[in-house]
Parts: sequence; C-alpha cells; structure tokens
Amino acid sequence: MIAGGGVLSSTAAELIVRFVIGGAIVSLFAVIAEVFRPKSFAGLFGAAPSIALTTIGIAILQHGKEYAAIEARSMILGAIAFFIYASIASWLLFRHKARALPTTLGLLPVWLGASLALWYIHVAIEMLERKV
Amino acid sequence: MIVQAKLASLKGITLREWVIRFFFGGAVCVMAGLVAKWFGPIIGGLFLAFPAIFPAGASMVEAHEKKHKARVGLDGTNRGRTVAGLDAAGAAMGCFGLAGFAFVCWKGLPDFDTGVVLALASTVWVLLSISVWLLRKSRTFRNMRGRQTTLHTFRSS
Repeated sequence: MIAGGGVLSSTAAELIVRFVIGGAIVSLFAVIAEVFRPKSFAGLFGAAPSIALTTIGIAILQHGKEYAAIEARSMILGAIAFFIYASIASWLLFRHKARALPTTLGLLPVWLGASLALWYIHVAIEMLERKV
Repeated sequence: MIVQAKLASLKGITLREWVIRFFFGGAVCVMAGLVAKWFGPIIGGLFLAFPAIFPAGASMVEAHEKKHKARVGLDGTNRGRTVAGLDAAGAAMGCFGLAGFAFVCWKGLPDFDTGVVLALASTVWVLLSISVWLLRKSRTFRNMRGRQTTLHTFRSS
C-alpha cells in the first residue's frame, strides 16, 4: 500500500517536473524566436530541441545513458518527419494562404505517420542486414 | 545586417499567449515521457522531435502580422499567412540542426560526460541550423536577380 502510494506519488512528481521544466524551456525558445527577424530565421527556433533537453536529462537520471542514447537515435527519424511536416505546412501557408492553426494542427498526423513509417523502414533495413 | 534582434517585439506578446506556450510545451514533454514509458525508448524517442510549439507559434505569428496591418487600416490576412509560411520554412531548415543534435547525443552519451555532450549537441544544433539558413538565403539572393516577384516575397519576410 505504502509502496504503491510511493510509486504513484513519484510518477506524479515526475510528470509535474516534466511539465514545469518543459513549459519553461519551450517558452524560453519562444522568446528567442520572437526577438529575431527575419521570420524565416526566427522559425529556426520552432525546431529547437526543447523537448529533448527536458526529456534526455530525466531519462538519464531514471534509466541511464544507454537508454537516452536509444531515444536520441529515434529522435533523428522524428526530426526528418518534422522536416516533412514543416515543409508541407510552409507550402500550404505560403502558396495557398491557408489558415495557420488549422493547417499546422491538421498536419500533425503527417508528422506521426512519417515518423512511424521511417521507424518501420529503419527496422526493416536492420532485419535485412541481420539476415545478410 | 541580415539578422536583427528586436527586444521591443516581446511587448506585443499577451499573458494568454505566454500561458498557451507554457502549457503546450509542458503538455508535450509529459506526453513524450508517457509514450516512452508505455512503448519504450525507440518509439518514445520519435517524440523528442515532436513539433511542440510550432502550431501555437505559427498561429500567433499570423495573428500578430494581421493585427500589425490592421493598425494602419489594411487587411493583413494574406500577409499574416505568408509570414507564418516563412516561419514554417525556417522550422524546416531548423530540422537539420535538430537531427544534428540527436546524432551527437546518440553517439556521445554512452561514452562521454552528459553535460559536455548536451553542450556540444546544442552547439551543433545552432551552427547547423544557421548554416542551412544562410545557405538557403544565399540561394534566395541568387534567384532574386532578375526576378521582381521574388524580391517582393523576400521583402515581405
């Protein structure tokens, strides 16, 4: 009972820490992005490693460096998917004058789909290499 | 000067916008942690490159530009969306830096000090992002020669 409560409280505490630190780091990068001109330069900070800086530190503390390195390897695929997502968003906003919020939110499944597809391709290549 | 820093532009951000950014950032970090917990570090790692603040940021850029034009009695709808598109193009260029950050963490974390690796990865992110942006900008400059329409687009950025 006590142990269960302890686990629950530590999980809740971890989530609160993630929320506060993540919110603070993302807000910090948002400030930096707001300061710079032109907007295409400021946009670089839209792809800042804000979540990674929060999550990798916590992952190392909880699970060790090897675990964090595995996360970082997958992050490369996530970054490629982000590139695809942001390129499509830019094209729709710039060329077709689509509304920003519905476009960027509506395209999030593209990011997820591209990430999972890249991960699947990566796994398939690894399996083929093992066979060879 | 190509890049300018205007601290005065921070005054234009409302409390509501700060709260939205903080909430989005915090929520995505919690989500990334939960995904890693449920599905493991391989799937969880994908979410380290989730477009956390991008939708909120792009919509605020659009709203700010629209408001800016409205002050002088113009309809800034198209202008706002064009600038949001430029912001998105910048984010796409920043993804090269993001991938560089991830690569340094992947290769460096198992063998070197965490602080050193994160500092190096952050430096790689900055340098790579700015290099790609400068490269793209130089190409834009080249294309601008003899293209008046492109010149107009650049000025609007």
